[in-house]
Amino acid sequence: MGSPPWFFRFSGAVVRWLLPLTIGLLLLGAAWGLLVAPPDFRQGNSYRIIYVHVPAAVVALAGYYVMAFAGAVSLIWRIKMADVTMRAVAPVGAVLTAVALVTGAIWGKPTWGTWWVWDARITSMLILLFLYLGVIALFEAYENKTAAARACAVLSLVGTVNIPIIYKSVDWWYALHQPASIKFTGESAIDSSMLHPLLLMIGAFYCLFALTVLLNMRAELVWNHREASWLKQMVRNV
Amino acid sequence: MALLTANNVAIERGGRRLLSGLRLSVESGDIWQLVGANGVGKTSLLRALAGVAKLGVSGQIKRDQPRLYLGDAHALKKNLSALDNLRCHPACDIHASDEAIFSALASLHLAGYEERPVGSLSAGQQRRVALTRLLLSQAPLWLLDEPFTALDVSGCDWLDAQIRSHVSAGGAVVYTSHQSSRFGALQQDIDLVHHVC
Amino acid sequence: MSADIPLLSIREAFSRQFMRHFKALMGSPTDMANPLLFFFMVVTLFPMGLGPNPERLSVMAPGLLWVVALLSSLMVSSKLFGSDFEDGSLEQLAVAPYPLAILVMGEVSAHWLGTGLLLAVVSPLFGVMLGLPAHGLDVLFYSLVLGTVCLTLIGAIGSALTVSIRRGGLLMSLLVIPLNVPVLIFGNTAVSEAVSGGNPSTWLALLGGFAMGSLALVPIAISAALRVSLDN
Repeated sequence: MGSPPWFFRFSGAVVRWLLPLTIGLLLLGAAWGLLVAPPDFRQGNSYRIIYVHVPAAVVALAGYYVMAFAGAVSLIWRIKMADVTMRAVAPVGAVLTAVALVTGAIWGKPTWGTWWVWDARITSMLILLFLYLGVIALFEAYENKTAAARACAVLSLVGTVNIPIIYKSVDWWYALHQPASIKFTGESAIDSSMLHPLLLMIGAFYCLFALTVLLNMRAELVWNHREASWLKQMVRNV
Repeated sequence: MALLTANNVAIERGGRRLLSGLRLSVESGDIWQLVGANGVGKTSLLRALAGVAKLGVSGQIKRDQPRLYLGDAHALKKNLSALDNLRCHPACDIHASDEAIFSALASLHLAGYEERPVGSLSAGQQRRVALTRLLLSQAPLWLLDEPFTALDVSGCDWLDAQIRSHVSAGGAVVYTSHQSSRFGALQQDIDLVHHVC
Repeated sequence: MSADIPLLSIREAFSRQFMRHFKALMGSPTDMANPLLFFFMVVTLFPMGLGPNPERLSVMAPGLLWVVALLSSLMVSSKLFGSDFEDGSLEQLAVAPYPLAILVMGEVSAHWLGTGLLLAVVSPLFGVMLGLPAHGLDVLFYSLVLGTVCLTLIGAIGSALTVSIRRGGLLMSLLVIPLNVPVLIFGNTAVSEAVSGGNPSTWLALLGGFAMGSLALVPIAISAALRVSLDN
């Protein structure tokens, strides 16, 4: 395990069934959330953006942990595939974080009457975006790409230890400064008729995340091994 | 007694293989010179042997003994005196008393400069401050990167004598140099060109 | 030549690194004065940007002071390992027969003493200039003593990661600022609470906890990052 030819074959097989599964789940979840689920009694239909916003935010945060785990594997066992994984996760996570931020802003307009509020969750997402951008920028800045992967592994592990503290501190900060009037009900109060499509969409986003990361890794492998005989052999056989 | 053994060492840098299949056993009393043109990886190999760089180095390198590594940078803080620089050297291998440091500096013609900031000394004098470590450290294995550059004739002679007396006392030296063999039959060469694949 | 070479005790090795960097810092007073001058300059800018109204300034003072402290700490930390990398000290530290994490902590503590602690000591003066009420000044000092420990340690990770990169300064702020968010929140809230008559001890305790956690974990991260930088 862990050798590029093996991974290339394995990921090819996974992608073949993951791709239709992802598309199916996304379509099903979107149809359920947008058409079947009832409108919110206070926010009307505008709440439906949570079917993109919440899954993107959840998976973006999980993505950082995946990246840090790959970083730890790379540092401890020096497995080259872990470097590739880490590098493949970072842009996907950053895009998901950005999606969560943008949908949050769009949601904020009808809900709070403004595009941007310094809400605890939005602020935490913004900091998460900076953490992702830091990893990507650090990787690009190093000349030696093996050293770059090591440096990013160290950084993402430091970030992982810090993320719960950041989230908690931002929560407290918000609770201290928040005017009571815009206190907003959390997801815990959500009705099951709205919750089920949301859970389905979160599952769909996890699949989407796995799919994009795998495709990213395959692209990286093709580039790294463009001269290798096993790859030429595989291309000839297709 | 082997002070350092390297087995099947390969070095890769930036996707390019600098050398491979290197075998080396440095016994006490040995002088090894790494030879080869610019860019073949003399410094990379020396850094790998010293343990400064680890990335891209494969194979086994075994060092049981304390080592003294002298790179092309002198590891001197410009606004500290020579005395402070040696007393608190980052390699932490100098256990000598201040008197011993004074007399070591004096034997390199640095008497009277001990307490001046190193930055105010000439390039050659700074080089000699860095070389003073050879007298003060007790490490049996010396790894020296281009030790003879930027030294005048008397400095080269001093270093030459120092290396000879170090190996005759049971130490060992690995060094890189552009110059041809200084130690004649005493030394062995590793020509890096033979290890490139 | 004998095989048993005397080794220094770990404490002695640590204190030698501490002395080396403390003396080097003392030898270049401008390096120590620059962050304080920066602090002074920016504090002067706020009344110009926000208007000289003392009530308004004193409300914002805790946040302003803490943000500027964070920035000036970032400024000095970005060059923490720069000279060591260039003059070869880092290579020597890496071959020293002691844990790199401990040797490096000697250097970082000297750096904190000469920059972070100094900043905390001077900060009440700037607090007075921004109209921070007198009963907030001591909390400002305590919060900055604890806070600069955290800021210096996290800044040291950033410096260790970017030391081998040309133009690493800007990248370093991108890496370090998000990690410093909790420190800013804890410190700033402690001072605000003190000013508004609340109890700052919770927040100071959180800051202290963060500092202790950093002291335990950050040295490992710094030494790993420095080894990566030596390999780049």
